[in-house]
Amino acid sequence: MGHATEQNAAAHAEGQQHPIRIYLWIWLLLFVVSTFSYFTDYLDRGMLRWGLILLFMFLKAGFIVAIFMHMAWERLALKLAILGPPALLLALIVLMAIEGDYTFITRLAAYAQ
Amino acid sequence: MTQQSTTAVEGLAGVTADWSADKQSFPVPWGKAMMWIFLLSDTFIFTCFLTGYMNVRMSTTEAWPNPSEVFSLVVAGKHVPLLLIAIMTMVLITSSGTMAMAVNYGYQRDRKRTALLMFATAFLGLMFVGMQAFEWTKLIVEEGVRPWGNPMGAAQFGSSFFMITGFHGLHVSCGVIYLAVVAKRVLNGFYDRKGTYETVEIAGLYWHFVDLVWVFIFAFFYLW
Repeated sequence: MGHATEQNAAAHAEGQQHPIRIYLWIWLLLFVVSTFSYFTDYLDRGMLRWGLILLFMFLKAGFIVAIFMHMAWERLALKLAILGPPALLLALIVLMAIEGDYTFITRLAAYAQ
Repeated sequence: MTQQSTTAVEGLAGVTADWSADKQSFPVPWGKAMMWIFLLSDTFIFTCFLTGYMNVRMSTTEAWPNPSEVFSLVVAGKHVPLLLIAIMTMVLITSSGTMAMAVNYGYQRDRKRTALLMFATAFLGLMFVGMQAFEWTKLIVEEGVRPWGNPMGAAQFGSSFFMITGFHGLHVSCGVIYLAVVAKRVLNGFYDRKGTYETVEIAGLYWHFVDLVWVFIFAFFYLW
């Protein structure tokens, strides 16, 4: 067991050594994309602004998870186990959006009286 | 570049093989798998906070305070929107970069550079928390924002803000302590004696996650 664990650790260390160049590139990209997302603040609130905010957000999140957190080099079993469950949260977000909208309309109706 | 596995099958067949064989499912150090699972649970917590914020922001009939005005700083007599937040974002990204480099040097067993980069990361984390303390002070003392109300608009603004950024700041503070402890161990050769630097990568996972959460807070709370 001890021997197997050591072998595993050695193989793992070897598997997660990547050229420093990749990190520097991603670092630079994160700065550039962050600057872009900062400038969305100068747009009016509307589909363009919200779309760009989401685009830059997912780009940055993707870079961090894939490269900095090494997810791109993990096996599919681990990727699915970690990245799959958060998809369930979409259901929560949709439900709470419907609920929020309903509360808003109810309040409007109640305060109008 | 892929992980060494006893069943080196790739793709979906690999998922089946990894889960069904009589062995551990993930060919990574157990600490790393556990950190990932902890981060998964933390993802759920932060999403619940952000979803709660979405819900109260959608349901309030009062106008939501404009974050770009609330969080503006006066520089040379002019209001610059979100200036402090932009600097905080850049500091956190810089710290993520130094952390990624630290993990790389850790696997090369370069003790000095690994420790130095980790201390740099912790220091940038401290800077972030310091700026957050400044932001909180300004909001509470000068703008009169409270969890139950504020002069700018919807009362829910304060509670959402303090809860979300407070919980994130707590994560950064814990991360600073965590990184300092691991960096000290790197320096005194603990991981050389242990035979592996995987702990540096695991600490790195936590730190990058803190940066990741900030990406979402920045987008949804400050920019939206």
